[in-house]
Amino acid sequence: MNLLDLIWMIPLFPAVGFVINGIFGKKLPKPAVAVIASGAVLVSFLMAAGAVYQLSQRPVEERSHNVAVYHWIDGGSAHTMSGDVERFAVDWGFLLDPLSSVMVLVVTGIGFLIHVYSAGYMYEEDGFYRFFAYMNLFMFSMLTLVLGNNYVMMFVGWEGVGLCSYLLIGYYFLKRSAGDAAKKAFIVNRVGDWGFSIGIFMVFMTVGSLEFTTVAERFHEGAAAGHFHAGDTWLVVMALALFVGATGKSAQVPLYVWLPDAMEGPTPVSALIHAATMVTAGVYMVARSNFIFQLAPQAMAVVAVIGALTALMAATIGIVQNDIKRVLAYSTVSQLGYMFLALGVGAFAAGVFHLMTHAFFKALLFLCSGSVIHALHHEQDLRNMGGLKDKIPVTFWTMTIGTLAIAGTPGLAGFFSKDEILWQAFSSSHGHILLWLIGAIVAGITSFYMFRLLFMTFFGEYRGGKAHHHDDHGHGAHAIHESPKAMTIPLMILAAGSLLAGYVGMPKWLSSGGSSFEHWLEPVFEPVPGVAAEVAHYGEGVEIGMAAVSVAVALIGFFIAYTTYYRKSDRAERVSAQFKGLYTAMLNKYYIDELYDWLFVNRAKDGGRFLWRFDSKIVDGVVNGSAATTVQSALGSGWWDRWIVDGLVRFTGGLIKTASWPVRLIETGYTQNYALVMVLGLLVLGGYLLWGTP
Amino acid sequence: MGQFFKLADLGAIAPELELILWGMGILIADLIIKDKKKLGIVAIVGLFVSGIFLFRLNGVEATAYGGLLVIDQFANFFKLIFLVAATLAIAISMKYLDIERENHGEYYALILFATMGMMFMAGAVDLVTMYISLETMAIATYVLVGFLRSSQRSNEASLKYFLLGAFSSGILLYGMSLLYGISGSTRFIDIAEALSRRPLNDPISLMAMITLSAGMFFKIAAVPFHQWTPDAYEGAPTSITAYMSVAVKAASFAMMVRVFMVAIYPMRPHWVAIMAAVSVMTMTVGNIAAITQSNIKRLLAYSSISHAGYVLIGLIAGNQTGLIAVAIYLLIYTFTNLGAWAVVVALKRRDVIGEHIDEMSGLFFKNPVAAILMLIFLLSLAGIPPTAGFIGKFYLFASAIETGHNTLAVIAVLNAAISIYFYLRIVVAMFMREPNEKTELTYSPALLTVLAVAFIVTMFIGIYPDPFISMARLAIPAGF
Repeated sequence: MNLLDLIWMIPLFPAVGFVINGIFGKKLPKPAVAVIASGAVLVSFLMAAGAVYQLSQRPVEERSHNVAVYHWIDGGSAHTMSGDVERFAVDWGFLLDPLSSVMVLVVTGIGFLIHVYSAGYMYEEDGFYRFFAYMNLFMFSMLTLVLGNNYVMMFVGWEGVGLCSYLLIGYYFLKRSAGDAAKKAFIVNRVGDWGFSIGIFMVFMTVGSLEFTTVAERFHEGAAAGHFHAGDTWLVVMALALFVGATGKSAQVPLYVWLPDAMEGPTPVSALIHAATMVTAGVYMVARSNFIFQLAPQAMAVVAVIGALTALMAATIGIVQNDIKRVLAYSTVSQLGYMFLALGVGAFAAGVFHLMTHAFFKALLFLCSGSVIHALHHEQDLRNMGGLKDKIPVTFWTMTIGTLAIAGTPGLAGFFSKDEILWQAFSSSHGHILLWLIGAIVAGITSFYMFRLLFMTFFGEYRGGKAHHHDDHGHGAHAIHESPKAMTIPLMILAAGSLLAGYVGMPKWLSSGGSSFEHWLEPVFEPVPGVAAEVAHYGEGVEIGMAAVSVAVALIGFFIAYTTYYRKSDRAERVSAQFKGLYTAMLNKYYIDELYDWLFVNRAKDGGRFLWRFDSKIVDGVVNGSAATTVQSALGSGWWDRWIVDGLVRFTGGLIKTASWPVRLIETGYTQNYALVMVLGLLVLGGYLLWGTP
Repeated sequence: MGQFFKLADLGAIAPELELILWGMGILIADLIIKDKKKLGIVAIVGLFVSGIFLFRLNGVEATAYGGLLVIDQFANFFKLIFLVAATLAIAISMKYLDIERENHGEYYALILFATMGMMFMAGAVDLVTMYISLETMAIATYVLVGFLRSSQRSNEASLKYFLLGAFSSGILLYGMSLLYGISGSTRFIDIAEALSRRPLNDPISLMAMITLSAGMFFKIAAVPFHQWTPDAYEGAPTSITAYMSVAVKAASFAMMVRVFMVAIYPMRPHWVAIMAAVSVMTMTVGNIAAITQSNIKRLLAYSSISHAGYVLIGLIAGNQTGLIAVAIYLLIYTFTNLGAWAVVVALKRRDVIGEHIDEMSGLFFKNPVAAILMLIFLLSLAGIPPTAGFIGKFYLFASAIETGHNTLAVIAVLNAAISIYFYLRIVVAMFMREPNEKTELTYSPALLTVLAVAFIVTMFIGIYPDPFISMARLAIPAGF
């Protein structure tokens, strides 16, 4: 069976699962809902695995399989920048190539494990079916995103995962904070989507196609023929527009603020959407558009700097957080920063490699934290944990593996991918020693906050129960027990992945052939002709030395955490007292949320209030002078922001209202008046021609 | 010219002929059958049989009756729309007429006759055929609008519609007589030939064109010839409003395409200017007036006015994309709008008028499926993907941009944005207000079928428009 021609079916199974659970889920027993949802994802995974296997059996140059299911959009013709006329035609089509293979396996594989885990984790929740319906809808959208063979389909999936993210963050919609977080995620992403859509338009205007293989070909040919030069302003703007989209979806500075709040969603959602898959869509998109970025070195520099900055900023905030999920959320932002750092220095394969390993260990860490929260009946504060090592051993051991992996312990997944990124940041022609330095420091901080989390959760004495707020449960330390099998087995599989996933991408000094992962992706990340790419000339010794440095930094992080939180010193208090200003700033996330509130949210609220006033008048249907008066007062009030933001809105509103008045006036109901208007209309038409024609 | 009447010509009008006979049969059966709902089913069967005859004409290109009538893919495409619209309209009527206590056999016969008139309109390439088929449709519709004999509103609406319709027919006939005077023929092709030999600014031709256009604009309810629409739509039985808003409009557009793209094509620079102005006015007035309506029937009436404004864009563009857009838009509009009207029909109960926007309050909590379907129809009317309405608007606006009418496209998009406001007012009422005791629906199996069909087609075209686009492309060959 040729599975490659059937890749269009891969997203379809979760879609069917969504429809079944969405319509009938309420009436189905919970196990049936879970089996349908997880089963759909499992079938997708098996199909994807089969298809990827068949792809890998082909010779390297044929490893790109396009399947166009049907003409989806057949728009009119448009002029491209080169003056050619191209039809704006988009297929509902799918592409399996090395890059999308990696993504589809990560999404379906880890997605399946998280579905299984959710069956245990969410069992007691109301709206169990709703959860799984949304999760399957998410899988459908995500698979459309990664398998789509053009930018428009990618955009459809992009918006779809955004919607599902919104729905699932707000899953506990009776909680105000959850609703707010959902809205925040949605609105912040809008900014990114705006950039992404501008980028898509620019791509079409430049090459007259949106299909990935064609676009890549035309960029390569154009560069070879000298139509495009590295650093053309147009290309830089295009790359940056696309990158704005990526910063929204992948939570980079300045649009990262939604991700920590997104932890209001159920923990499996955080694992699946806000750690392993959706948030990496931006990385995937930039990697997919690598030919554009290669032609825009200035944009690459921006990507690298933003990535490094995000990594550092989020990691420092992560140090002081006390909510177990928030620590992991900032850690995710920070690790995504690493990926963009890799993309920005031209190491696309390294970025995707880290994407893959990160998916394993971060999904694992989130699910472990979920298991802890489950065991403690929704306790998320690290300060109320401790001593859980022997009570939930499976969670403890798997979480330890995850922590070791993310901290960069040699031999585990995180080590290989992070090291590759750091090495490229240092050695690549786009790299810089400062980028490497930031990366190395972040590695140390990562190790510190992760071990802090591990020690505070599992070691020492159980600190919960004493000052407990949940009177309704009234449980003490004795009520804590390990999660069910449906939850622990996925943890073990992911732990195995975190141990082993790195070995597909071993560096040259460890395996003779170099990274097989990199070789697999090579056809996608082919260098664009004419772009000077100097090969770094460093010996293996330097590379090994660099690796040793990053391991040493991680060890330092570990020891500080060990002495502070395992040995129970009062260092944490002393240091935070000594650097009170910095500590408060970090605790308050550098006041970025407050800044955005002040800059954008309050201004938007001002606008909203005006719209509301306008609206209430329209609804009441009071057509009187008040509109004119309010318009006047708005114009006269002299408030600069109100002028700009709302003046226009109110003016339009007033105009429409004023315009509707004569319309209603002539709608008298008298037939003779109607006939009169018709005659007048006829006269106007006639008059127009008599005067309009010479 | 040859022999005027050939026996083979009967085959060319078989679908229409069948409808006439079937309609007469229903009138006779009305005397015998007591349960009038059965007549509705009989009428639907008749429409299906007509559809079979139509299907047999698929792909046939012929001229009948010595050039009075043509059979081509364009005509067939529109005839299909009329048959579908009539079928759906009858399906939503049966229960509704019972509630209004006006279930009579004539109703179904009249719908069949009106449909027959429309089908001739789509094939007419001669002024006389065109006018007679137009009046066949119009007179049947006048009666249908006033079908609620005991309702003063319905009678008033019917009379207004009739008077203004007669008035506009007078204007139309004036233009037609001038065209006959210029060309000495009633055939569209001869008229085009005669016009092209005269100077472009010839006052007689201009006069003929203006009066002819004015008559046409009345039929599609374009501003400033639109004022009968809200009154007639509000007063007519809701099922007839639904039928009129899609089928009468589609038939008038089919006729307009033939007249404007063939008969008075030589005057194109002039009529494009007029039509652009009318299109902008129609969209804008329709949408702005709709904002302040609190009666759903009036609101949807204004909405249908604005939609006529959008469709005119396709004619203004006048290229293949534009005409395809007209055809596909009308097809989509048929399903979407009938679906929305079906929900309004379901609101009607014996003691409740079911027209005020408040009567939709909290529909979502009482009847989530109906509310969600209505939401989808309204989104489609507003042109939001992935519903079919988006595809229709996309093609219309794309055709405007292709032919360089950028300002028009911008105005149209702005108008589409305004329209979202009043469509969402209904949505707000359905989803965000408390239900009141009036919010109930009356269903019949037929009505549910209509809702399901409208929903499926609306979503299907939105997601997979390809087959319908190819169908429209067949109907409108390049260089129509």
